[in-house]
Amino acid sequence: MPKLYTFLKYFFVVLWACFVIAPFLWAISTSFKDFNSVTGGATYIPWLQFEPTLDGWSVLFKPGSQGGINIIGPYFNSIFVTLTASLISIVLGTLAAYALSRYTFKAGIVKNNDITFFFISQRIMPPVVLSIPFFIFLSSLGLLDSLAGLILVYIVLLMPIAVWIMVDFFNRVPREIDETALIDGCNPFQAFFKVVLPNSVPGMLVAGLFCIIFGWIDFFFAFILTFTKVQLLPVKIVALNSSITPWWSLSAAALVSVAPLIIVAFIVERYLSKGNLSGALK
Amino acid sequence: MSLMLNHISFKPTEEYHLNDISLRFDSGKMYTILGRTLSGKTTLLKTIAGLQTPDSGSINFEDTDFLSIPVWKRNVAMVYQQFINYPHLNVRDNVAFPLKQRKMDANLIEKEVQEAMEKVGLIGFESRKIQELSGGQQQRVALARSLAKKAKILLLDEPLVNLDYKLREGLREEFKKLFNVSDESNSILIYASTDPLEAMQLNGDIIVIDEGKILQTGTAKDVFENPATAKVAEITNDPAMNINKCFIQDNSLIMNDSVQIQIPDELKSIPNGKYLVGIRATDIYLDDQGFAFDVEISEISGSETFLHLRNNNLKCVATIEEVKTYNTNEVVKINFDKSKIYLFEESGDLRHSPYQQ
Repeated sequence: MPKLYTFLKYFFVVLWACFVIAPFLWAISTSFKDFNSVTGGATYIPWLQFEPTLDGWSVLFKPGSQGGINIIGPYFNSIFVTLTASLISIVLGTLAAYALSRYTFKAGIVKNNDITFFFISQRIMPPVVLSIPFFIFLSSLGLLDSLAGLILVYIVLLMPIAVWIMVDFFNRVPREIDETALIDGCNPFQAFFKVVLPNSVPGMLVAGLFCIIFGWIDFFFAFILTFTKVQLLPVKIVALNSSITPWWSLSAAALVSVAPLIIVAFIVERYLSKGNLSGALK
Repeated sequence: MSLMLNHISFKPTEEYHLNDISLRFDSGKMYTILGRTLSGKTTLLKTIAGLQTPDSGSINFEDTDFLSIPVWKRNVAMVYQQFINYPHLNVRDNVAFPLKQRKMDANLIEKEVQEAMEKVGLIGFESRKIQELSGGQQQRVALARSLAKKAKILLLDEPLVNLDYKLREGLREEFKKLFNVSDESNSILIYASTDPLEAMQLNGDIIVIDEGKILQTGTAKDVFENPATAKVAEITNDPAMNINKCFIQDNSLIMNDSVQIQIPDELKSIPNGKYLVGIRATDIYLDDQGFAFDVEISEISGSETFLHLRNNNLKCVATIEEVKTYNTNEVVKINFDKSKIYLFEESGDLRHSPYQQ
């Protein structure tokens, strides 16, 4: 029985891995093809079945005057906007979540859980609903087509995720740890920064990962709130599309744009398995 | 120097968690708060520590108003039932944490930490992570941290309850020694427990609490021999003292139609009427001439057997000094040790104790 179980386990893991990895391999192979190799039927192995070329990749880095789209500027814009918005969201979200988890708020019928829900309800709305308000809001602040404007909007989108994850996390951290810190001579701020925060790194990493993913993949707001001065990666990649779909450069762009997420996921995963609170409460 | 609680009440919901509690704790002494789960023990300790603010009442310590001092300035130490430590710090830093918080001199911290670790037997574990320790060791770390503080008030909230039997016995012995040592430091020790046996073994003053109310205070011997009410008698015995309705008529004590006993001489002065009769499980013995009871549950505990017995509406638990398996609904004949019978008024107040002069 255990043998069969092990076999089935690995069977499904391998099967799943194939499903996940196959599109990547396909994209890698496509990114080195040219028009004829893409349209001329299914081919897989470079040199043997098709002649690899760097045309798809070079388009990404050539300036517009030479028929390219030059994604380097938008690439760094995207990284900057996503990281800044995520960082601010995590800081504010963690503070808000700690307060919601540990203190009792009451305003009429509104209690802690309602406030937590208000945060996440921002994500229930379809983004389209927010597009016009955000546009008007940023335009009256003079922040349209600017990095600062995008960061503001992304904080609105990302902070609910951080609050939601961190409230759940703090609710599972035993209150007695805070209390022990208070008894051991910490005032509430010291208790938070010296004891609670160092033990919250795993939760913050998860929240950070989600924020980075959701910030990085946003196309909609990046599209409507920017024009020419500032462009983010997803918007720039769409500019590749023309009468003939350039599958080769789209594949290359797709690979370039998922790379940061894969790197972040690998880094975070390492810390996730390391940190746990098992020593705090048996 | 003493800690005084004056009419402390705490009623966060419909029910009182603490109901008009007035207590006096003297320094250099040890107190055991004995009560069942949810009786208010933890709330009382948290109130003394300052983690909870009572709705009314006052707390005085060394002639200062304790309630106006925030937790982090109160100089108390507390050990929880759960093993609460700082998971991000190693054992040494855990113990040193409160001292560093006090900004003590580094050499002094080193000395105090070493001393506390020695007391609880953690030498050699200094650089271990908390997660790498067993439950008993984790609790030792928590204890070492509270000892290192040399707090004037040391609160222990069922510190042994989550440990396995053997560790519990071992640590309890160590606790007793530790507490005797710390007597010299003149701190007040308050130990909360649900276990009557533990309370008796620790041999401090006992405070019996139930539903947020203090039912009785006194020495272990006093509370055991003369429980103030039937409730106290139940709480301070394990298994709980059997309390049953009865009435006394013409020198016989009638529990129900078939269970009637001749009352001993010392009870003859008690007038006829309705009472509650209390008999400890250990004062019930097997007797072929006795009353027939059905076995409802039989459980073996160590070298004894607890029998949950029933005769019509009359229920009681008996401790049999041997390990024997009984079948459910098996009929056993038992008798009561008449010289150990307690009588309570219908209201629950003690009327007669076998230990009364």
